[in-house]
Amino acid sequence: MTEFWQSVARGLGNGSIYALLALGFVIIYKSTRVVSFAQPAFMLAGAVLVTYLAAEVNFFLALVLSALAVALLALGVERVTVRPMVGKPVFVVAIITLGLDIVIRVIVNGFIGLDVRQVGDPWGLQTVNLLGVPVQQRYLAMLLTTALMVAALFAFFRYTRFGLAMRAAAFDQETALAQGVPVGAVFATSWAMAGGLAAVAGVLVGSGASVDQNLWIIALKALPAIILGGLDSLGGAVAGGLAVGLVESLVGTYQADLAPWLGQNFAVVSPYVLMLLVLLMKPYGLFGTPEVERV
Amino acid sequence: MLSVRNLEVVYHDVILVLRGVSLEVPEGEIVALLGANGAGKTTLLRAISGLLDVHDGEVTKGSVLLDGRPIHELPPTRVVRLGVRQVMEGRRIFAELTVEENLRLGAHTNAGALAENLDRVYGLFPVIKERRGRTAGYLSGGEQQMLAVGRALMSEPKLLLLDEPSLGLAPKMVEQIRDIIVEINRQGTTVLLVEQNATMALAIAGHGYVLETGKIVMDRPAQELLQDEDIREFYLGLGAEGAARSFRDVKHYRRRKRWLS
Ligand SMILES: Nc1ncnc2c1ncn2[C@@H]1O[C@H](COP(=O)(O)OP(=O)(O)OP(=O)(O)O)[C@@H](O)[C@H]1O
Ligand SMILES: [Mg+2]
Repeated sequence: MTEFWQSVARGLGNGSIYALLALGFVIIYKSTRVVSFAQPAFMLAGAVLVTYLAAEVNFFLALVLSALAVALLALGVERVTVRPMVGKPVFVVAIITLGLDIVIRVIVNGFIGLDVRQVGDPWGLQTVNLLGVPVQQRYLAMLLTTALMVAALFAFFRYTRFGLAMRAAAFDQETALAQGVPVGAVFATSWAMAGGLAAVAGVLVGSGASVDQNLWIIALKALPAIILGGLDSLGGAVAGGLAVGLVESLVGTYQADLAPWLGQNFAVVSPYVLMLLVLLMKPYGLFGTPEVERV
Repeated sequence: MLSVRNLEVVYHDVILVLRGVSLEVPEGEIVALLGANGAGKTTLLRAISGLLDVHDGEVTKGSVLLDGRPIHELPPTRVVRLGVRQVMEGRRIFAELTVEENLRLGAHTNAGALAENLDRVYGLFPVIKERRGRTAGYLSGGEQQMLAVGRALMSEPKLLLLDEPSLGLAPKMVEQIRDIIVEINRQGTTVLLVEQNATMALAIAGHGYVLETGKIVMDRPAQELLQDEDIREFYLGLGAEGAARSFRDVKHYRRRKRWLS
């Protein structure tokens, strides 16, 4: 049983990372109808920045500073490279973000060098006893941080003036403009939020491990997560991320015993299998919004 | 208050839609703008409110002045802050949001006075108040139109641009909307009312303009327009000769008649 709960903890921990990244994708998509592939780069940038900051300040302060800095970076990137493309085909903009991702990662890699770097987190690989099950603290940190950020996001979208404006702009940009909502600021904010979320995800991935040039690959797991949850649903992004993490972890733990015929690395592809299964039943993902219409 | 001067608007750099439109909306009045489908009424409103950009449209000549200040180059947010609000054709409420969230959005530029304005709008539209917590998409067409107007009032506009508020509504509902426009005007808001329903518009307007294929072809006090034979014939469906296809044709026809006699 211990093995099972440990696997669940790992799944939820990693799943929250996927959720943070997926949330960034979804927020940008909802506000701008652009699928941004620059998330992996922002994630890497956030982690690397903390490896430098942590030498100077407390880890948590470094985390916050890094998230803010990457948010600013994302905001600038949107303003300079993506905004002028408004109105161009979605495909073109997606390719541009793909290019951005590579450029930013190349630059950031210059700050990693060949050695691995540490984010300086206080927990490392320590475990804590949770109802008799030893669980790695890093997974709890991931889950807790994500829970906090998700709660903050939901409160922002539900209760604040600008959050409401962002939701409105996502539904109907022209009407939002007619209400006096500055839609440019909505675009910028969505990128800044996605950047900040990705940075935090990157730091969490680096905690208890290390930061190297391949850290960004984790971000690819966010893709099955968003498709699973529905591209336009925040709740879906969270659920999708957690589901992907859980399935991956449980498959990794049990598949070799229960279904050895599936081969060695089935855990790696399991999120995609899950995604396909769900799409067969629900083409818009689990939480893709049905349109509200009077009949 | 609002003065449109010799305005020319082009979509996608090539489609010329307004060809030198001039129009005045004096403070405190209701001015009606009539015109057939495709005449350019909505385009004119967009040029005033700053929404042309979204449609890849552009003012290529002329100007829109608000109290003497040019506003046709300003982004919509600025125009709203200056007190000009457009209620778009087809209501365009946020169907997925609640009624009250729609109203809160209307107050985006005027958040300080949210509570007072909510009270004022709920006072004007008791039905909307009853439905405040409901998803706006489930309101009836008339209720949605009221919500759209109420939402615009949330920023306390000086000038309200209404684009076919009676579109698709039953006669009873049209009367209600008409009375509300009168009441809003009485409370101090100037109104530019775009309508196909000329009877309704001219009944409450002080002055009327007729727009046809991008040009103002008539500009008279509303009462005179109501009496005008051509208007009666084409817009009110009260004329004797049913064959006329557009206001222009009516005019040509009349000219020919004069020439014959
Ligand atoms: N985004 C656009 N791109 C190109 N042409 C447009 C665009 N919007 C409107 N037009 C054209 O401009 C002309 C005027 O349109 P507009 O919507 O202003 O007319 P309208 O008087 O409001 O008509 P209706 O009564 O049908 O609402 C039409 O010929 C229309 O096809
Ligand atoms: Mg129109």
